[in-house]
Amino acid sequence: MNAAVPLKLMIVDDSNVMRRKIERSHQCARLQFVGSAGNGKQAVELFRRTEPDVVTMDITMPEMDGIECVEQLVGIKPEVLILIISALADKATAIEAMKRGANGFLCKPFTDRQLTDALDELLRGAG
Amino acid sequence: MTKVELETFVEGTTHYFQTAANQPASVGSPYLVNEGIPGIQEYTGIITVAGKRKGIVYFTASRPMLTVLLMRLGETEMTHENMCDLVGEVANQISGNARRDFGNEFMISVPRVIAGTPEGAVTPANTRSFVIPINWRSHSASLVVCLD
Repeated sequence: MNAAVPLKLMIVDDSNVMRRKIERSHQCARLQFVGSAGNGKQAVELFRRTEPDVVTMDITMPEMDGIECVEQLVGIKPEVLILIISALADKATAIEAMKRGANGFLCKPFTDRQLTDALDELLRGAG
Repeated sequence: MTKVELETFVEGTTHYFQTAANQPASVGSPYLVNEGIPGIQEYTGIITVAGKRKGIVYFTASRPMLTVLLMRLGETEMTHENMCDLVGEVANQISGNARRDFGNEFMISVPRVIAGTPEGAVTPANTRSFVIPINWRSHSASLVVCLD
């Protein structure tokens, strides 16, 4: 990916508090926030409209959970980078998310620094 | 219920304050409620447990406490919806910890949130409740563990 061009960031979480916190807290200069969604279905619609490069994704959500949503987003745009941000800290959940196409995992709760580091690592992995 | 099981729920709660708010919460002396029902504050996040143990676990807090916690998160909108969101997030953390530590032995629901005092009892009948005070700054919330 071209480091000079800002990458579009979409935030998916059923908690408004968490969506706003992620939007405020990330200090990754390469990311430009383009929108947020409160469940998997909304996320797929917003994803089609805004075509983000990077997505932060909660797992436990109504309508469509994060695991299924990851699979759908990757189906639409295989090169999208997805960071799972979830309180479900068990290994099985992380492995399942990675299998479906997620690229990173951050446990809730998190500090601003942990979020920025996780996003930086995600972008480094993309080259 | 074992001490280790109880500690998992307590750790899930205190970890939230330590990490999200960057200020540790202290745990008060736990006590048992043998008769009657444990107290409910203005906002309550509840998870239901099934499997090896059955019952509920909830975190209940006052609006003033949640207001300060929202401020620590950098939030500026102290709305009813955000209070519900926040208490749900704490319950979500408790649920996540329990799933990590207990694995498939416990089936733990997605958190639900209630605001105000419910008409009926939240806790199951004929099951004792452990109440663990969670003290943070000048506020006190409660973690209630009611499992058979």
